Amino acid sequence: MRGLTPFQTLGPFFDFGLVIPDGGIVAQPSAAGRHMAIEGTVFDGAGAVLPDALIEIWQANAAGRYRHQADEHGAPLDPAFEGFGRVATDDLGRFAFTTVRPGRVKGPEGSLQAPHLAVGVLARGLLTRLVTRIYFEDESSNGEDAVLALVPPARRPTLLAREIGAGRYHFDIVLQGTLETVFFDV
Amino acid sequence: MPDTLTYRRPPSGTHPPNDAPGYRSTALRHPKEPLIIIPQTLSEITGPAYPYGRIQTTDNDLTSQHTGEPLGERIIVEGRVLDEDGRPIPDTLVEVWQANAAGRYAHRIDQHAAPLDPNFAGAGRTITDDEGRYRFVTIRPGAYPWRNHDNAWRPAHIHFSLFGTSFLSRLVTQMYFPGDPLFPYDPIFNSIADARARERLIANFDLTVTKPEWALGFTFDIVLRGSKATPMEK
Repeated sequence: MRGLTPFQTLGPFFDFGLVIPDGGIVAQPSAAGRHMAIEGTVFDGAGAVLPDALIEIWQANAAGRYRHQADEHGAPLDPAFEGFGRVATDDLGRFAFTTVRPGRVKGPEGSLQAPHLAVGVLARGLLTRLVTRIYFEDESSNGEDAVLALVPPARRPTLLAREIGAGRYHFDIVLQGTLETVFFDV
Repeated sequence: MPDTLTYRRPPSGTHPPNDAPGYRSTALRHPKEPLIIIPQTLSEITGPAYPYGRIQTTDNDLTSQHTGEPLGERIIVEGRVLDEDGRPIPDTLVEVWQANAAGRYAHRIDQHAAPLDPNFAGAGRTITDDEGRYRFVTIRPGAYPWRNHDNAWRPAHIHFSLFGTSFLSRLVTQMYFPGDPLFPYDPIFNSIADARARERLIANFDLTVTKPEWALGFTFDIVLRGSKATPMEK
């Protein structure tokens, strides 16, 4: 066994190395599915915004298929959909992605998961990557999701994006404090 | 019955804690609630392999991205990307970024009173080959001051970002140089509890990688979380 290479912080000066042009466009306009924008702000424990965070998302396409060899699900890949997004927060701590609502994917023990995006949060002052998920408040299958079921009910709302306009969803990431986002050990 | 992949959980002490009092910026940025342990589902064992379009040929040579040569000590940094079982990880994206030889980042908010170099942007990317190998040509970065504590200086380092085989193997880290006198004073390096894990972030000087009359060579292997196939639970 080889020892893992440890994490270190992203530091404050990463954007010239990591920002991808159009990194917030996860689904091309021709992608199948329900198109939407997901936008929000990253906050610290004092309520200050993080102008130096990097948010990455990974998700299945509208048919519930990941573009990856480990997904042997029969649903089709979509040539207009890769599933990865990466954006740095702006000076007001804001991030935004345009994508499609993912389909349901296989969960533990034969279950199906509710539609969700896997999220990684990196920043100055974070020595590792924080992992969370974005679910959708208006999704009827949330009650069947095995991962959401592990979250104390009072904290589940921190994982729910809510619709604030036609096709616009809001999801804040709070690193610390009373409205702290649920983060996962994966 | 298809198999399913699982990834080992990192041993305690390998990765830094999110709450590291010596590194002041962690104080308001670490979650205080415990992380919730969740099963590794299809959403975690898949992941982006190659989120960029074409990699340009000069992208792994940070000294050739401008009209002139950057100032400083030219170096070669190469190594392999492996999993914990020593299996190479081919075709995976490796991104790097760093300060210039004077310890200044080409970044709008870096206020360090050291010169920018018009011939050095400090960012590169490459894809590992069939044996998991990567190689960069760059300039040895300088140390730079920061305001974490009185007379605080970061040891010279190159930032690395890797994806590996899944969402679970994602790694962002920093590569340091052997013999740096700043190691004992750096709270970011020392946030890693396990001294052997810490030392895995220090590159090796390698005379066989060194090119005569051209550049010093360093090797830096990177080990990402590995997977093993296990029978699917009924």
